[in-house]
Amino acid sequence: METIKLTIDNKTVEVPKGTTINKAAKKLGIDIPVLCWMELHDLGIENKPAGCRICVVEIQGRRNLAPSCVTKCEEGMIVKTHTTRVLNARRTVMEFILSDHPKECLTCAKSGDCELQSMAHQLGIKELPGEEIAAMSTYRKDTSPSIIRDLDKCIMCRRCEMMCNTIQTVGALSAINRGFMAAVAPAFEQNLEHSTCTYCGQCVAVCPTGALTEVDHTPEILRVLADPTKTVIVQTAPAIRAALGEMFGMEPGTLVTGKMVTALRALGFDYVFDTDFAADLTIMEEGTELLDRLTRHLNGDKTARIPILTSCCPGWVNFFEEYFPDLKDVPSTSKSPQQMFGAIAKTYFADKIGVSRKDLVVVSVMPCLAKKYECQREEFSVDGNRDVDFSISTRELAAFIKLANLDLNNLEDSEFDAPLGESTGASVIFGTTGGVIEAAVRTAYEVYTGKKLERLDFTELRGFEGVRSATIDFNGLPLNIGIAHGLGNARKLLNDVRSGKSLFHAIEVMACPGGCIGGGGQPLHHGKSDILKARAAALYKEDKEKPLRKSHENPFIIKLYEEFLGKPNSEKAHQLLHTKYFDKKKKIIVKQ
Amino acid sequence: MAREKMQILICGGTSCSDKQSEIVSDNLKLELEANALENDVKVVRTGCFGLCNLGPIVKITPGDVIYTHVSPDDVREIVSEHIMKGQKVERLLYKDPSGKIKSSTEKELSVKKKQLRIVLRNCGVIDPENIEEAIANDAYEALGKVLTEMKPLDVIKIIKDSGLRGRGGGGFSTGLKWEIAYKNKADQKYVVCNADEGDPGAFMDRSVLEGDPHSVLEAMAICGYSIEATKGLIYIRAEYPLAIARLKKALEQAKEYGLLGKNIMGSGFDFDIEIRYGAGAFVCGEETALIHSMEGLRGEPTVKPPFPAESGFMGKPTNVNNVETFACISPIILKGAQWFASIGTEKSKGTKVFALAGKINNVGLIEVPMGTTLREVIFEIGGGIRNGKKFKAAQTGGPSGGCLAEKHLDTPIDFDNLTAAGSMMGSGGLIVMDEDDCMVSVAKFFLEFTVEESCGKCAPCRIGNKRLHELLEHITKGKGTLADLDRLKNMCHVIKDTSLCGLGQSSPNPVLSTLENFRGEYEDHVTIKKCPAGKCKELMEYFIIEANCVGCTACARICPVGAITGERREPHLINPSICIKCGACMEKCKFDAIIIQ
Repeated sequence: METIKLTIDNKTVEVPKGTTINKAAKKLGIDIPVLCWMELHDLGIENKPAGCRICVVEIQGRRNLAPSCVTKCEEGMIVKTHTTRVLNARRTVMEFILSDHPKECLTCAKSGDCELQSMAHQLGIKELPGEEIAAMSTYRKDTSPSIIRDLDKCIMCRRCEMMCNTIQTVGALSAINRGFMAAVAPAFEQNLEHSTCTYCGQCVAVCPTGALTEVDHTPEILRVLADPTKTVIVQTAPAIRAALGEMFGMEPGTLVTGKMVTALRALGFDYVFDTDFAADLTIMEEGTELLDRLTRHLNGDKTARIPILTSCCPGWVNFFEEYFPDLKDVPSTSKSPQQMFGAIAKTYFADKIGVSRKDLVVVSVMPCLAKKYECQREEFSVDGNRDVDFSISTRELAAFIKLANLDLNNLEDSEFDAPLGESTGASVIFGTTGGVIEAAVRTAYEVYTGKKLERLDFTELRGFEGVRSATIDFNGLPLNIGIAHGLGNARKLLNDVRSGKSLFHAIEVMACPGGCIGGGGQPLHHGKSDILKARAAALYKEDKEKPLRKSHENPFIIKLYEEFLGKPNSEKAHQLLHTKYFDKKKKIIVKQ
Repeated sequence: MAREKMQILICGGTSCSDKQSEIVSDNLKLELEANALENDVKVVRTGCFGLCNLGPIVKITPGDVIYTHVSPDDVREIVSEHIMKGQKVERLLYKDPSGKIKSSTEKELSVKKKQLRIVLRNCGVIDPENIEEAIANDAYEALGKVLTEMKPLDVIKIIKDSGLRGRGGGGFSTGLKWEIAYKNKADQKYVVCNADEGDPGAFMDRSVLEGDPHSVLEAMAICGYSIEATKGLIYIRAEYPLAIARLKKALEQAKEYGLLGKNIMGSGFDFDIEIRYGAGAFVCGEETALIHSMEGLRGEPTVKPPFPAESGFMGKPTNVNNVETFACISPIILKGAQWFASIGTEKSKGTKVFALAGKINNVGLIEVPMGTTLREVIFEIGGGIRNGKKFKAAQTGGPSGGCLAEKHLDTPIDFDNLTAAGSMMGSGGLIVMDEDDCMVSVAKFFLEFTVEESCGKCAPCRIGNKRLHELLEHITKGKGTLADLDRLKNMCHVIKDTSLCGLGQSSPNPVLSTLENFRGEYEDHVTIKKCPAGKCKELMEYFIIEANCVGCTACARICPVGAITGERREPHLINPSICIKCGACMEKCKFDAIIIQ
């Protein structure tokens, strides 16, 4: 490998050709501040518009300062990262940025977790000269079912735009207007709700400021918890337990399942359940559907479409309804675990505890912002009463716990309530890319072959590569499995399905890079992909430690079928646990 | 001996066209027909003569007689007197600002003296819509020479040796640029002509395209041959309809004549050109922004490197040159690098076209050798300052350039001297200001433009320029302090030092250069709260000179806010706390009793 030698702050460093000054400086322990630049190294995600100009450095012989985030090292380069000229420029540019940013830190949703705030602190900005005559660029606030856009706080880092376009290929957000009035917005400045947005929340996940935040549903939950006529139950998705601890200063990857249950109980929820239970149920339904379609397909039934696509991710569902409505009969009709849980809770469980549907409130804690939209979809309610009443994100839960004067660190462990709290290891790994399909394989294999699965860890399905594939031997039948995380990767697989080139039998898609552990509602990763890796590892650990690791072995699932649903894919199961998809392609209507 | 055929040339540039030159041309044809002269006299609509404030221009050859301000009604007289009787129509001849000296031929015009037309060689000479006229004036001869006698590197060497530097603003060596594009091997390369002329008041590129489109097409093909590209794109703003129409016609004709397309002149070289339209964003003159715009993306720049020569249009090596640069190519090929290099200064070769504007007598387009002084341009070619006022400053390089002061008048104009003086060549806009102009307001005016035209991508340009503008506004309102001047200067330096592209890197130039050259004026605004030029409304006070006031009450009656009081036949008084400084009273007063202080 060709290397380059250069001097940074009087120290010599040798780096591979193509290395940026910023990364070379890191090798020397010099941390040049960056603001707009962000990367998720292991996921191949990099935002580098070189727009904020905070990371500028002085390069000997060059007329202007250079952005260290994109300027590549050259042989013999002499770089200075903190001369008076650089420091003055960095401070002045920061003053510019802050002069066009609301001074609402005290009440901002992002306060304490804001990259702009910490950068201002790091650069020692204590006053803004000329503030009294500085006009602000203003833009209307836009609230959608999941996401709030408050562009007054936008610093044009373009991270959201990069995620939405390059990574997700959703194309809902792009830069509009010019100069001081430039902003990132949907085409024709429509509201997000009327754009192609899938609510995947990846824009929120990378936004350094309070410009993009989730719609906070905690106030509604506080209200129902205080209402003595309501029985309030909560379900928590698998990816929460691997990330919630971060909001309380714990190391990324710390599993806080037991503490989380204690906290939820302390918050006043009447029953603390696990979405993992519903994930096991999803495997039963989706796995059966897969085997049914596969068998019919192998028997020459042309109406049986292969591949089957997973459908637990609501961002992904929104994506294919928008971009691939012609393929809407390809994904599994199984509802997502969140919605399966709601449907069972408001029928089977409500009956069991003798509470009427209208007095039972189902709350979900999700790593996801699209779940907020999903639970509001019309088809998921009965006479206006939603199966899942409210969905809050991991971040909202953390804030909620803090609101109740609880420190997660100091809580004892406790167990989920029965019967909707019992789950297997298969459901836990739903929270990371490849997990759903691995769980499905564990069950489908045993059901299809009638044999006991010897090896439960399908490492060939794991990892962070954007598109992965593996062939699993189903007793002589080679089952081709595809996995995509990130909607741009999903689009590639979908294009192949559309053109008939796809050789897969089953494909798992997760809208967010990394799967739910990297969801739009998770604690902010601030560009550290190690955090995502640690969360995934934690889920695989919990799976490994579970006594039961196959969904169809969950005793409460078996009981649910015996007592209530009959068989997987039965008529009743179809009525409660399956859904249909719609053509939601946005059409721009130009008024004459 | 056959009589030399007479020609009547009528300027068909945008400015003259706006003043009905097309009707003049039509009327001339009708009038000639009526007198059965249509076979003896040829009527030609040409490109711009550069005499924009004198238009519509009509030139009659032989004799090179120039008529100015020709209206459709003058046609009959021109035909009956000049064409039929050989007598000049005196009243249509050019008169200098004093009104005393008349010039009848083009050469005699003061504005034409000292000019050397290489880029504009055919503007005002040929019919731009007729390829045969272009060919008769050497068009495509250089292309033929290149295709038959030269290898790509030979061409690049000539261009390098000629010392030609990019006329779009950067001043980078054109030959070197071609060489880099040549060295980057790829299955497809592109030649792009930057016709996104965005400087306010600059119209040299438009005039070249309107007056001599083939000069650009030919040069693009030569460039294509040299860098081994087979596709050319012209990025032109949609606000240039006449230039676009002429380009389209020229493209059609060149293809018809086999001068573009497949196997040009049987050489085996293919080259085709397409037109791409811009929506008029100033920043799209920056080459990376221009390329993004052509690709259908948002018109905003990206960091260089990679330069377009490595990764340009559609990720392929692309050479971008401006219209004026291309227009220099053919003469260099035909007359040689030495010839071109002999014109101009040590590091700036050839000529430069300037669009003269502002408080100058001869507004229009001129082309002078590099090294001509500002004084020669303004006072000899430009005819001096309008209304006999005093020269104060000249702004070169458009909104990105600086304001040069009297002390710079004898500086030879070239790339490096202008940069050293705190301005830049830019694309060649030259706006002249006189004693009535407030330099703080001038800086504010240019900033207003850059604030509008910043793409918004990088923070210093997006926000910094806005802050500069606000602070200038503050100063012109008399609210600034001396400390603000230091802050202004620091902001300027940081914006220049940190901005992503040339727009932000040069946008503070008007402020910095005026701060440097006219610091006293800034200080007056912030210390004694006065605008020496009397331009800043908030700093003015209207005042009635008691001795001159006869008490006619005209001022009191016209004042829209009732700020003037006084008895009939008694001196009146203006109440400054009510006065809105509209100036109506001063205009109304017949006794020069009202002054501004």
